[in-house]
Amino acid sequence: MSQPQAATPAPEKPGNAGKNGASVAAIFRMPQAGFVGKAREGGIIYPFILLFVVLAIWKGSTFYGKTNLLEILDQQSATLIIAAAGTMVLIAGGIDLSVGATYALCQVIATKMAVHGDPALAIIVGVIIGVGVGAINGVVVTFFRINSLIATLASSFVITGAAALITGGNLIIAYSALGFANFARTQFLDVTTAAWTMIGVVIILGVVLARTMAGRYMYAAGSNAEASRLAGVRVQWIKLVTFAISGGAAALGGILDASRVLSASSSNGGTALTFTVLAGIVVGGTSILGGEGAIWRTVIGVLFIALIGNGFTLLAWNPLYEQITLGLILLLAVGGDAWSRLRTT
Amino acid sequence: MAGLTVPETDNTLQGAHVELRDISKHFGGTRALEGVSLTIDRGSIHALVGENGAGKSTLGKIIAGAHSPDHGHLLLDGEPVRFHSPRDAITHGVILIAQELAIVPALTVEQNVFLGVEPRQAGFQNRRELRRKYNELAASVGFELDGGAKAGSLRTADQQKVEILRALCRNAQLIVMDEPTAALSRPDVEALHKVIRQLAKNGTTVVLVSHFLGEVLELADTVTILRDGRLVQTVPAAGETEDSLMAAMLGRSVDATFPAKRFAAADAPVVLSVRDLVAPGVNGVSFDLRAGEILGLAGLIGAGRTEVARAIYRANRVQSGSVIVGTGGTVAGTPRAAMRAGVAMIPESRKEQGLLLTRPVKENVTLSSLAAVCTAGVLRPGPERRTVRDILARVDVRGGGYGLPAAALSGGNQQKLLFGRSLLRDPRVLIADEPTRGVDVGAKRAIYELLTSLTASGLGLLLISSDVEEILGLAHRVLVMRGGRVTAELTGDDVTEAAVLGAAFGTEVPPPSKEVRE
Repeated sequence: MSQPQAATPAPEKPGNAGKNGASVAAIFRMPQAGFVGKAREGGIIYPFILLFVVLAIWKGSTFYGKTNLLEILDQQSATLIIAAAGTMVLIAGGIDLSVGATYALCQVIATKMAVHGDPALAIIVGVIIGVGVGAINGVVVTFFRINSLIATLASSFVITGAAALITGGNLIIAYSALGFANFARTQFLDVTTAAWTMIGVVIILGVVLARTMAGRYMYAAGSNAEASRLAGVRVQWIKLVTFAISGGAAALGGILDASRVLSASSSNGGTALTFTVLAGIVVGGTSILGGEGAIWRTVIGVLFIALIGNGFTLLAWNPLYEQITLGLILLLAVGGDAWSRLRTT
Repeated sequence: MAGLTVPETDNTLQGAHVELRDISKHFGGTRALEGVSLTIDRGSIHALVGENGAGKSTLGKIIAGAHSPDHGHLLLDGEPVRFHSPRDAITHGVILIAQELAIVPALTVEQNVFLGVEPRQAGFQNRRELRRKYNELAASVGFELDGGAKAGSLRTADQQKVEILRALCRNAQLIVMDEPTAALSRPDVEALHKVIRQLAKNGTTVVLVSHFLGEVLELADTVTILRDGRLVQTVPAAGETEDSLMAAMLGRSVDATFPAKRFAAADAPVVLSVRDLVAPGVNGVSFDLRAGEILGLAGLIGAGRTEVARAIYRANRVQSGSVIVGTGGTVAGTPRAAMRAGVAMIPESRKEQGLLLTRPVKENVTLSSLAAVCTAGVLRPGPERRTVRDILARVDVRGGGYGLPAAALSGGNQQKLLFGRSLLRDPRVLIADEPTRGVDVGAKRAIYELLTSLTASGLGLLLISSDVEEILGLAHRVLVMRGGRVTAELTGDDVTEAAVLGAAFGTEVPPPSKEVRE
């Protein structure tokens, strides 16, 4: 078992040839292109830090202040929760385009219930409905074997329609339901409960993905579904679970946002939210092809996009350029992923 | 014959077609080739041999412009050339037929052959002209291949013909073939050999990258042996034997390829009992496998061997019949259930059905046994690392680097990794489907030893292989399949190459003699 190629340059090593006595480098003989490998590993971190520093030291900027930073965190709570769950869906080899719609549906249901009844019950029911919607998506994708892109695109129309039916097209106002407002707006250690909830959810999902059997199976299912099935992984079940989590996260995000502004509408969320979430995941470095990625990456990706928006506002740049910037960054992220794959495989 | 290759004069133009001078190539920090110089004569069949990783494929790709050398240069007909891409090489008449075929399955044979150089009329394909040109081209090399057939529906051997025709219609004067017969069954191998000889006779130079030393000796005029990215020697094939080539490749002589057989006791318990199994490609198969036994499953490609394996493992749906593991457990349902009943399978294609190529080695190893390294569903990194280290040592994959992606392993180590994953389940029955395909000579030997030692410890092994010698060398008993049925059971002295091939081809007469490959 000599591993000839990478053995030392010494021309003859008879002892080495006998058994598998080759070095680590010989066994793992894939060339590790230094820069590309590292860039992929660190990925989004360096641009994020750079952007953060630039915004902080920009003359006359109010970016680097407790108020502004906490404000960003608070505002991004829903997006971060949904994107963390969406990362699992992508890693397991699916994609969920219905999160914007689920966000709206569960928001209007919960708000409507909160106006007339117990806010806690409203929140719980809203989240359960979100999990249910996600599970239905999962069943369609796994059991009926419909491509998740199309399945969730179709379901997003149905869900949006259902939400509009519930509201009759009107804004639901919940100014009277002050208990409902407590869900997102209570301050604890200067941080809103919306942000605390987000931190909790992100940590839990991050641990599940990185440190549990279920998380390992998600990576496996997305990396090679057939190999995973033959290795005894219940691939379809795992995929279904990721969709259910995604639905629940979308509901939670929608309810948090409704609680913050004390109103809900079937036109909230929608495709704009779906695409912001996906952009955050992908900019973070999670592969749209499945099997690669991490939730901490998504957190950085979402915040990176948020910082760009925040920077444009604070520095009073023409907001029309913001979209163009975002688009280019997204392209760069996906292109970089494809390029590094080309180089390393 | 506007399309076809070689002007008659080329036959007379002997001498150097391609010269390589002092070629070196590195990938990252890894040396693939170092100071290789050689001359390839026009109209010859020139074989490149060496272990996996010796640099033979890289050299072939440099000749065909798929890689450019870091150092050294290439002379074509005495003129220095530098190919910047395979396309560049094609314009110089040099074409690579890679291991993975590049055909468009949805297009017809003739469309594939003339892809990109279709006869056109006002921007539209001229189908009649296409058919005419195709027939002319196919006839000129003696291929009988329906130009109107969908390329995707063809057998691999015929798809290879499509690639060869494509090369010829682009005026290829030198064709580099990378392991052309690796995925072929024996009759197809012979057909392809005929084609290669025909090409050389017509004056086309063929560079043959191959694992199969028998094939090399049979076809090649000249053999270049590589080891560790360096040239060992270039010699006329006529003076060599398989042993001499092997010794040169390894830098040492090899002893007998197969470990001694240790037959199971006749009264060893039955660990796998298959009765009247009917599934896609399987028409009523019954057999018993005993503890400690290596049962070989032989047959041509398409005879239903892999299908039997997949049906037992429940990777395919089973229509009827029973599979009983050990004394009790009937296998039903899914691969997961089969695994739990004590069956493990090393699938036919390690890249498509076995490995998570992008995931770390560690995750690949423990994929089937995560519960053993988890507490309440949470992974314990320490025990996992130890488990991986121990099992990889047992299957002879040494070194660390468990965090690197599985894609980074050599073919042999990838295969051993899959054995490791299976062994963690402590199975009673192991099904190994082509366990040494695409694996270098040294790793093959290690896998044989592993298989033998596993069965010695009481495991029942069902071994599927297209390599008859492997079946003969390892199996205690051989079932030969044909058309989804077991057509012969061979034991003891009846296990001969003639008997296996005879049953596989369905002939009573002893099959084509030694000249086939030896």
